[in-house]
Amino acid sequence: MAVLPVLTVVGVIVLIWYAGAYLMNRSITLDTAERRGVEMSASEVFADTMAQERPRLPAPHQVAVELWNTTAGEEMFRERRGEMRPNPRSLFFHAYQTLAPTLLGFVIGSLAGLLLAIGIVHNRAMDLSVMPWAIASQTIPILAVAPIVIVVLNAVGLTGVVPKSLISAYLSFFPVVVGMVKGLRSPGAMDLDLLRTYSASRAETLFKLRLPASVPFLFASLKVAIAAALVGTIVAELPTGARFGLGARLLTGSYYGQTIQIWSALFMAAICAACLVALLGLIERATLRRMGLSA
Amino acid sequence: MMRRVGLGAGLGVLVVVILAALDWRLAAMVGVWLGAWLLNVALSRSGASGARLLVPLIFGLTLLTLWEMAVRLYGISPVILPAPSAIAAAFAANTDILWADFVQTILKGALVGYVIGCGAAVLAALAIDRSVFLQKGMLPVGNFIAALPIVGTAPIFVMWFGFGPASKAAVVVAMVFFPMLVNAVQGLKASDQMQRDLMHTYAASYWQSLLKLRLPTALPFLFNGLKICTTLALIGAIVAEFFGSPTVGMGFRIKIEVGRLAMDVVWAEITVAALAGSGFYGLMALLEKQLTFWHPSQRKA
Repeated sequence: MAVLPVLTVVGVIVLIWYAGAYLMNRSITLDTAERRGVEMSASEVFADTMAQERPRLPAPHQVAVELWNTTAGEEMFRERRGEMRPNPRSLFFHAYQTLAPTLLGFVIGSLAGLLLAIGIVHNRAMDLSVMPWAIASQTIPILAVAPIVIVVLNAVGLTGVVPKSLISAYLSFFPVVVGMVKGLRSPGAMDLDLLRTYSASRAETLFKLRLPASVPFLFASLKVAIAAALVGTIVAELPTGARFGLGARLLTGSYYGQTIQIWSALFMAAICAACLVALLGLIERATLRRMGLSA
Repeated sequence: MMRRVGLGAGLGVLVVVILAALDWRLAAMVGVWLGAWLLNVALSRSGASGARLLVPLIFGLTLLTLWEMAVRLYGISPVILPAPSAIAAAFAANTDILWADFVQTILKGALVGYVIGCGAAVLAALAIDRSVFLQKGMLPVGNFIAALPIVGTAPIFVMWFGFGPASKAAVVVAMVFFPMLVNAVQGLKASDQMQRDLMHTYAASYWQSLLKLRLPTALPFLFNGLKICTTLALIGAIVAEFFGSPTVGMGFRIKIEVGRLAMDVVWAEITVAALAGSGFYGLMALLEKQLTFWHPSQRKA
């Protein structure tokens, strides 16, 4: 089984993390002890490094406790001024603030990418003019300039979900274009010739041969796209002073030195990314099985 | 075929004429677009040898022209979207600042982190490669971590390593390590059992078979990782500067100039980032071409 090696590796990472937490937080502990003029035994120092309020590196269990407290320990909605409002202390609320634009952008970007890929495969002029730019755009660190787009869109009057989801859409767009062009071109000359002998039209070839053949490529690029979309939304929240969302949690955490908050936001983002990719993986397996392709 | 192109042109002229009655500015832009597009269609149909280079070039120039036209004709405020000509002017006027930012962010931050991160990942892959158990455990974990929003660690590294380029390099190391590791581990497994057996019959030592068989067969995978990591490195270095930096650097400049509404300088900085990203990627692609000329993916059709 593959479980044991994976567990071992994860275990080693956690151990290294604990060791790192001890080494990085020790100086803080010793400084406080010296200022107070207290002698601390080795075990006391160790215990203190594991339970600081603002450690340089929080121990894994501290992050886990914070994650639990801000999700299961907080109500998602609470009453304020007579109405039920989302509770900004719940991490689920922040995750939702990030996930909504991510998913919206992902859907928009993937659909646009799919359409463009179909156009590229059917039109040589489009292929020659758009494809090189689509590939070149992958090499540009567009994510780093995402915040500017948000600022500009805010200046135009677009606020809320739309600007963030535009970034996500842009980031999920290109993996889908590149992957689907490859997928739609994956049927061999034999298959295409067979459809020609049936005198199939281009639309029939597209729907009965090219699209089904491209499904494995589609899912591979969708997985890349959704991870990129999530990162896009998080980065888009950074320098715009967004108050809600996982990116905003990272930023406020870094302003106020709340390291545990940073790490818990980071883990929430990681959990979201893992869940989204896993969900796509499940859909992929179910689809491929129904299509008779072994996954 | 020519008839269909003619039909398209006729339809296009009709659309432009109708639009001209409604809004001449829009008509002018649609006209430019259609003209360039028809030229591209004709070029790509002709099968001329230069078409492969010319068509994307015309497409890119058309987009730039339309951008410039939109900004000028509709009087879009430079605070929202500066024209390409204004960006070029800002680029020319600020070359010293842009160069200083480039050195700070790309050379001191991204490049240092890229070399350390990719180097460490290859060394780790060599270590993991000797144990099947570690490989089985490391590949899923590495794939998992490679899909996570690692760039979020930026505030932590800025806290640990300060505002200077060291924290930027650290973020880059964290970002490139796992994608590179996964590719390197897969690459080291790429040689056939037959080939390895052959090395065995030659009584080749571990190092000999590593240097003469397994590293060369791993090169396509290594370059795949190296190419993915170029973009990641730039993103990491720039995003980390949003969390704190000395008063120089591309992320710093972007953040500051957005606040001062000098969008032309921001766009000039974005141009530098785009050029650096494509140049870096192109360099890796060129190296790949030189070193893996034997691989099927490099053969010319």
